[in-house]
Order: sequence, then C-alpha cells, then structure tokens
Amino acid sequence: MTFRRHAHPGDAADPPLEPDPLLELSGITAAYGRIQVLHGVDLVVPEGSVFALLGPNGAGKTTTLRVAAGLHEPSGGVVLLGGHKVNGARPEDLARRGLCTVPEGRGVFPNLTVRENLQMATFTGVPLERIETVAYDRFPRLGERRHQLTGTMSGGEQQMLAMARALATDPALLLLDELSMGLAPLVVEELYRIVAELAETGVSILVVEQFARTVLGVADRAAIMVNGRVTRVGAPADLEEELSAHYLGASE
Amino acid sequence: MSRLGDTGRWGVGLALGVGLCGYLIAFQGGFSDWLTFTILGITTGAIYAIAASGLVVTYTTSGIFNFAQGAFGMLGAFAYWQLRYDWGWPAPIALAAILLVVAPLFGALVERVIMRGLEGVSEITSTVVTIGLLAMAIGIANIVWPPAGRRVDQFFAGESVTVGAINVTWHRIVIVVVAVAVAVGLRFLLYRTRSGVAMRAVVDDRSLSQLNGGNPGRSAMLSWGLGASLAALSGILIAPLLQLSVLPLTLLIVNAYAAAMFGRLKSLPLTFAGGLVIGIAENYSANYLDLNTTEVAGVSLAGLQPAIPVILLFLILIALPSERLRTGGVQRVRESARVPTMRSALLAGGALVVVTIAASRVMSTANVTRLSLGLATAVIILSLVPLVGYGGQISLAAMTFAGLGAFAMVKVADGPGPLVGLLAAAALAAVVGAVIALPALRLAGIYLALATAAFAVFMEKFIFTQSWFFGAGSIQVPRPEVLGLTFDDDRSYLVLLSVLFALLGTGVVWLRRGPFGRRLSAMKDSPAACATLGLDLTRTKVGVFAFSAGIAGIGGALFGGVSGSVSSETFLFAQSLPILLMGVVGGIALVSGALLGGLLLQFFSTVGENFTLLASALFVGPLITNFALVAPGLIGILLSRNPDGLAADLVTAVARAGRWVREGRSRPEQDTGPDPLDTATFERPLTPAERAAVDRALGLDPQELARGSA
Amino acid sequence: MALLEARGITVRFGGHVAVDAVDLEVEAGAVTGLIGPNGAGKTTTFNVLTGLQETTAGQVLLAGDDITRLATHKRARRGLARTFQKLEVFSSLTVWDNVLVATEIHGSFSGGGRRHHERTVAAVIDRVGLGAVAGERVDSLPTGQCRLVELARALAIEPRVLLLDEPASGLDDGETRQFADLLLDLVRDGLAILMVEHDVPLVMEVCEDISVLDFGRVIARGTPEEIQSNQDVLDAYLGSELG
Repeated sequence: MTFRRHAHPGDAADPPLEPDPLLELSGITAAYGRIQVLHGVDLVVPEGSVFALLGPNGAGKTTTLRVAAGLHEPSGGVVLLGGHKVNGARPEDLARRGLCTVPEGRGVFPNLTVRENLQMATFTGVPLERIETVAYDRFPRLGERRHQLTGTMSGGEQQMLAMARALATDPALLLLDELSMGLAPLVVEELYRIVAELAETGVSILVVEQFARTVLGVADRAAIMVNGRVTRVGAPADLEEELSAHYLGASE
Repeated sequence: MSRLGDTGRWGVGLALGVGLCGYLIAFQGGFSDWLTFTILGITTGAIYAIAASGLVVTYTTSGIFNFAQGAFGMLGAFAYWQLRYDWGWPAPIALAAILLVVAPLFGALVERVIMRGLEGVSEITSTVVTIGLLAMAIGIANIVWPPAGRRVDQFFAGESVTVGAINVTWHRIVIVVVAVAVAVGLRFLLYRTRSGVAMRAVVDDRSLSQLNGGNPGRSAMLSWGLGASLAALSGILIAPLLQLSVLPLTLLIVNAYAAAMFGRLKSLPLTFAGGLVIGIAENYSANYLDLNTTEVAGVSLAGLQPAIPVILLFLILIALPSERLRTGGVQRVRESARVPTMRSALLAGGALVVVTIAASRVMSTANVTRLSLGLATAVIILSLVPLVGYGGQISLAAMTFAGLGAFAMVKVADGPGPLVGLLAAAALAAVVGAVIALPALRLAGIYLALATAAFAVFMEKFIFTQSWFFGAGSIQVPRPEVLGLTFDDDRSYLVLLSVLFALLGTGVVWLRRGPFGRRLSAMKDSPAACATLGLDLTRTKVGVFAFSAGIAGIGGALFGGVSGSVSSETFLFAQSLPILLMGVVGGIALVSGALLGGLLLQFFSTVGENFTLLASALFVGPLITNFALVAPGLIGILLSRNPDGLAADLVTAVARAGRWVREGRSRPEQDTGPDPLDTATFERPLTPAERAAVDRALGLDPQELARGSA
Repeated sequence: MALLEARGITVRFGGHVAVDAVDLEVEAGAVTGLIGPNGAGKTTTFNVLTGLQETTAGQVLLAGDDITRLATHKRARRGLARTFQKLEVFSSLTVWDNVLVATEIHGSFSGGGRRHHERTVAAVIDRVGLGAVAGERVDSLPTGQCRLVELARALAIEPRVLLLDEPASGLDDGETRQFADLLLDLVRDGLAILMVEHDVPLVMEVCEDISVLDFGRVIARGTPEEIQSNQDVLDAYLGSELG
C-alpha cells in the first residue's frame, strides 16, 4: 500500500490515486484504558486541501490525530488512507508511505543535532543530501546551526525544523498538531505561511489548532469538535462566528 | 556542591586525583609501584567500563535495567572457552563467532521474545524478569559446563613489554586498546550511523521516532544485541584475570553498576570515567592501605577492600539530585491484586496450621526439615509483601535483613532467652532498615533497588565476615521458646513455623486493610497526590522499610533455627535475588503469594537434591541439579505474560470454584468461563456471543457499538 | 487580605520562562478563575502554589504566612488542597478508600477516631454525588467521575483553599450543572477556590474574579463581563488573523 503523491524512483509503477478523500475517518471510537474519549468521529480530508480541526481543550482533537497517524489504535471505526484501510498499521509504516506528522509540542528530538534530526527523516526513503538542501535553502538559520543540539534552540527554530522535515520529505498527507502552542504571534504567522506554501504544492493537510483565526485564514474546510464528536463541518467563514462562543461563551 | 557547575566539579575531582597520585608517589613507595598499581587499576576499570557501557546502551534504549548483564558476560566467557579450548578453534575466529554472531543474536532474541512483552508492566516486574534471566543463565551454565578446572589463558600469554621500570603483560595492553576501541566504536555508531542516531532518537521521543519512520523495535533489538556483545567481551577479558567460574563472573557486574551510575545511566563518557575511577580505587586500596590486618575498635577492615565498588555505588546514588514528584498523571500498570478480607485471612491461616500439623505427623524427617525451610523462606518473602507489593519500593536486601535477625537471635538468646531473641531479631533488622532507608528514600525504582543491592553487598563483605558477627565458620542459632514450650523436636518446630507464618501473614493483611496499608497503596499509585493531601512520604517510606526489615529479621532467625546453624555464606546478596524472584512469581502483593513462593523455592531445590544420584546416570543429571535455578528463572521470565503472579491465579480459581459450589450449577457457563474482560486470554477472534459478553461487562450499549462500526 | 496570594512567582525551565512574575489573589468565599490557552503556564502555577515545583523568584502566602519554601505535605496540613489536570487518583483503590486515605492522613495530624473518619468519608462522597459508585475501584470509572474522586479526596482534608485543575473536563452537561451548584455551595461555606478550567461558560457562571494567563503572564484580570469583552483575551484564545 502506498499513497505517495509524487512518484519517487521505484514508486513509478504505482497506479494513480483516486482524486477524492485522501484521509477518511468513519465512526472512530477510541479509549484510554476503559475511558472512552472519541465517540464516533467522522472526518474527510479531500486530496489537496487544508482541513482545520478546531475545538476546546479535551475535545479529542489530538486523539483523532493520533488515530490517523497510527499512534493510537481505535477501538472501533475505520481509518482509510488513500482508500486503503489502515487500522492497526504501525506509525512507522505509515510514515514510510507518505504520512508526515508533526506532533504536539515540538516535533524534534531535543538531544539530537539539527542534522541528526534531519537524518531521522531519511527513513521515508528520501536521501539526506536532498533533505538538507531543501531544509537549509528554506531556513538558512538551520544550516548555520546544523551541529547544534535542537533542545538548545528557540521554540520557533525547533518548529521550523519540524516543518523542514515536512517540506523535504514530500509527503502526501501532513498532520499538524497545535503548531502554534507557546510561540510568539510573529513566529506563528511565519509557520502558517509555510503551511500555505505547502498547500499550494498540493499536499493535503489536517491541522489541529487552538488559535482558530490563524488557521482559518489558510484552511479550505474546518470542523469543530466537542466532547469526542465532530459537531460542525463547514467553510471557515461559516464557522468563525461560532468559535468565540465555543471558546469564551460570549454568545451564551 | 550545587553551586559548582559541571566544569567546576570536574576540576575539583581532577585536582583531588592528581593530589592523591602525587602523595602516593612521593610518600608511599615511589613511582614504579604507583605506576604498576595505576595500570592494574586502569585495566580492571576498563573492563568494568565495557560491561557498564553495555548496560547503559540497553537501559537508555529499552528502559529495562538488565540485572543479567553480568550473567550474559559469564555465558560469553564460557562460550568462548568452549570454542577456543574445547573445540580448539583459533582465537580470532572464536572471538569473532562469540562477539559478532552468538552474543548479538542471543541479546536480540532475548529482546524480541522476552523484553518486548514487558510493555506496561511495573518496574518491579521488569526488574524481576531480568533477575529470572540471571538465575536461568547461571543454571544453564552449570548444566552445560559443570564445575571443573577450566581456564582461559590471557591473550598473548607470557608476553609483556617494559614500561619504565615495570612489566606490563600484553593482555593488559589488549584490554586498554579494546576499551578505547569500544569507546570510539560506540561513539561512531551512536553519532555517525543512522541506526545509532535512531537508537538515540528512541530515547528522546519514542513516538516521534515512529512518526519519522524509525522502527523502535529494531532499535531495541540492536541495543540488546550490542549490550550482550559488550557483556561477552568484558567476560572474555576478565576471565583470565579471575577464574572461569559461574558466580564470581556473574556478580562482578555489581562493580560495573557503580560505573554505570557514574554516568547516571545516560552518559557513556562518564560511564567510562566511572569504570576507571572504580578500578583504580580498588587497586590503590588493595595495595596502599593495609586493610587486611587493620582493626579499628575491634572491627576488622579486611572486608572493606572488596566492598569499595559498592560503597562508591551507594555514595553516587545518594548524591544524585533528588527527583521531583512526578505529576504526569497516574500510569496504568497491568498488575492488580485483590485484597483479602480479615475473615478469609484468618481462615487461610488456620487452614495452613491444620494442614501443617497433619503433614508433620506423616512426613519423613527429611521432608519435615524441607517444609520447615520452605516456611522460613516464606516468612522472609513475606517481608517483601508490604514493601514491594503494597508500597512499590524494590528491595534486593531481604536476605541481608534476615542475616541481621539471625545474628540478633544468636546474641540475645544466650542472655535474656530465645523469645526475646526473636523480638530482638525484628528490632535490630527494623532499626537498620530504617537507618538505611533514610538516605535511600530520595531514590525510586531501579535506583532504590541498586542502593539496596549496594547495602547488601557491603554487609556481606564487610559486616557478616567479622569475627564477632558470623565469622569464618558457622554459628549455632537457637530455636525460640514460648511459655516454657520448647521446639527442639523438628516436627513441633515445623508447627511453630506455620503458626508464626499464619500470625505474621494475618498481621500483614491486617496492615493492608488498615490506615497504613491504604497509605502504602495510595503512595504506590500517586506519591504526588499523597503529598498534596498532607502525607509525609519520608516517614511512610521509613516506616514500611523498618516493618519489612523486621519481618525479614524474624524470618532469618527462624530460618537459622531450622538447621541450627548459619554462616556468613547463608545471607549473601545473591540469595536475595531468588527471594525477590520467587516473591514476585508467587504474587508479591499477596500473603499467599509469599507462602507459595517460599514453598516453591524449597521444592525446586529439593527436586534438585533428590534426583541427583538417579539422574546422574542419565544425561539429564545437570538439568535436574540446577532445577532450583532454571525453574524459577523460567517462571520469572514468564512473568511478562502474567505479572500478578501464580497466587493471584490460584485465588481467582479458588474464588470461582467457591462461587460454583455455593451457587450450584444453576449458572455454570458464566461462572466457569473466562473473565469476559480478560481479552488478553483470547487466542482466537471472539465469537459474536463472547463479544456481546465483553460489551455487557464493559457496560457498552450494543446499539451504540453497532452504529460505531457501521 | 486574600487567603492565598502569589506575588511575582516565576519559573524558568532552562531558557524558557513558563511562569513570568504572576500575581494572584484567592479570596475566601469565592471562586477565582484562572484561564488561558494551552501551554500558558496554568498547571505550573498550581505546582508552584502546592510546592511541587520550586520557584525561581516570588512568594506564596497562605493566610499571610510565607509558605514559599514549605514542603508540599506541610502546605496541605495548613489547609491547601488540589486536584490534578492529569489524573492522580489512587487507581487501585475503591472510591471509598481514596477518600478514606485522605481523611486518615488528615486525621493523623488533626485527630478524630475511626467513626469520625467514616462519617466524613460518607458525607464527602455524598456531597460530590459519588454515592452510587463508592465501592467501585477507581480504575473502572470514566474520567469525569475520577475528577470527582479527586475533588472528594481534596475536600476530605477539610481545606481552606482548594485548587481545581480542569475539574469539569470529562463531565457531561448535566454533571457540569451539578458541579457548578456544588462549587457555589462550597464557597458559601467559606472555602476559597482557584479554578483552572476550559469550560468557559462554567467559568463565567461561577467565578467572580478571573485572571487570564498567556505565555506565563497575567494579561488580564476582571469580572466575567470584563474578560468576555477584552480584546487581548480574545486574541490570546483565537490568535491573530492572518492577512
């Protein structure tokens, strides 16, 4: 099974993919121990679109993303990637087949250097030279600090490095969790500029985000999650008004 | 100390070291002696460093501290002997076969088959599984290579070079060269290869490594393979310097623990530095300090020298920065034992006494002694139930406290009488337990286990060997007298043991059902929450340590009473390992588990003794004689499948049978079937009826589920 | 004078400032709210107040006494109790025993016999509405009820100040209603409550005074109405709009 967007050497024989949903979750239930956190989540990320998943804390956004990434096995429902059922697939296998996930916090290894972090991305099959070229061209600061431990870099730089992995490995689907957490607004803007850039190249992106307005600027579609269920799906403009109600209860 | 940065600490350490060396050269026998001792120290230290680096590599990548690392090294040395001397292979080929093929495959196999099943169990269980591995490795080595005068020659035996005024054997030079090569090689592997970077990445963030496409399972196998290979290397290097025998080689690893702790189980350069420091300290103390003939206030210092590595280990452990209380949320562990009612505890205790009385009437004298040993061992294991089972603190010193108890019994019984002796046994062990607990309390998990191990080895080497303690021979241990009743007859002593076990066991259950026991369970589940409710964790831990040590002390006194004599060899650190192992195998959170563990341990060694003659005629002789080690080891390893222990299964089975008897056969299918929630027992896909049963038990609405999976 | 007070508490992790000169005042007889986006430093603030995290700078005062250097369990004995965002229940014990342990710990320094303890436990369990599951092991309960177990446990030590870290997450709408009533009931008895919570309607309903934390700093303080109309708060929650 593979759902790479661009054919890489060796992948040339793969049949062209279905145009519509790249990621499809249907009826996903998930639990930690006996405690159920997802109560039947349905979600469709069409190919080539940016999909924002919003909602208050504890709604199950991160768990949904973990299910999609293969880090958490759902107790029920179906996960389809590129039309293939991938329930129970190991995250490393999904990653090697074109799924790139930047998890909550920083998606970097703090005790590895910049270069070693990029080296970890070579498990996707992309050679290190190419990854380094792409990363350092886009973020010259990373090139200057290639031998620095990433744990000693600023939060923004760490997040750039995580995004560099996404840029360089040419994934079919990108999952981003709370990209902006704890970062200054200027850095967040820069990060979302990259997201927009990536979207233009045709990557499908699922973004989980608290900073709703920021992400609504780049999203094609959005969904609101509350208490382990998707309560609303629609165009970003339609959802924006409802958001402040969900976050601050202003309209109640 | 905390004001100094790392550089400052290094500076102080270096200055002290240089000053010491200068002093030794100037005033203690001159430069050539100093050089000899330093080279000896560096070479032993280098071997410790190699073994310790293997330990660090496996611990950092898999989170499991491999107590069997020394046993792996011992197996490696014996396997090398097999190829090199028994089969006559050339040294380079034998070395390559062991270090590059056999040991790595063995390590990887251990990871794949045993360690990978340990996800989600407590640190206690994973520790005990590696102890089981250790026991089994010793048993297997004894089977395959029964004791005989085997020897492994030094590399380039007989050849040496002259450095300054002294001769250095080629073997020592080989050791240093190999250690440097290992250090450089590990550095290269971990920092220059993708596999090595992936191993470090797993340490940093396991799931992120997966999201990158890395395979943590493969990294873990690689690190266990590497660890086993380094263990074998250290075993092969040290065997010619010591002797090729099972236990010394296996336990030498305790010295390497100190080196590994020097690097806080993380830093390889510091681990190497630690190995050198320990090796040099050992050699300087052996040669410059005249410990063997020195006495201070009647205390012989002869045992201090072999205890130096563990003293260093203990000091390093208590110098570690205190861990903050973790508040990452309570971790779910697979273990869960039920708490018996007082009524069932009393009933079970009564039943034990009745059965023992009956048994004491019909059994042979030899079997009465065996059963007595089993019960006395069960009392020692019982000491771990409140400490390890309820409180979640690992101790590797149960036999040490037992030894203190036996000592108090001997000394006090002469004067005030044997019953006071039993109380003194409890008191002495409890006091020492509390004192040793105080510095060790800031530690948790594996660090606490190592601190208790250091204490146990220190007592074994330094205190137990004193002439006023157990001395060189054996000493007589009296049996208690109660209200003028004596127990000189073995059968009546057996009954006394069963009564005491029943009383102590009921007491432990009573403790668990009372405020202190609840506190222990609460502390095991969440120390942080306990502190925020006002619980003084230090006092609670000291209390349970003292209580546990007290029971072990009584157990030791009773144990000594069975055969009537004990020696310093009775209460070795190595004996504490099967105690913890069988405790966990039986069920460490259950009194019945302690009983089962004690009896099983005795049963296994009895099987070993009894069949020696018969079995030696057949090829299975060695297997049977080492049954005492192989069997518990094997069961210990199987704990990864059943972390609650055997007694938990028995209790469940008995409860089920009881329910079945009481309720007749009205609902036999539901009562005798497997627990619907225990999905781990299902080998095959569930039938729709079973799935429905699971759903019902979980309280899930079938319609909701149907919608969910549609 | 506020019952619990933080003056300029600051926590640095390496170069990162998690809590930056935070001032807080928690009055008796009221629920004080502490809100803010993820990673703003709310839980770290709680850890500082309860002594699970050392401060780099600043003071914590309980009833006017400086308790900044006091050990966690000693603060609890002076009447400071808390719950945890990431559950710290005694999962192998029953609901009853969870609360009983707390009562007994409290009793060991404030007296009271076994009968008294059991009455306290029964009363507390009844008050938070866990009577129906009192005999269940906690690891078989859903998150919402586990949070109530933590609340009951905290109440069992008869605190003067109660810190609640996201107590309502995992509760359904009906349970949240009851929970709000319980909070108001508790403060009527004179308890001081500081609550971190993401259920904003609940916060707006029960809190008289709300502080908003962002990047470790208090960016706003005021009544629910003031907070709801504060543009900085809205920006902190929703982020700035991209052009």
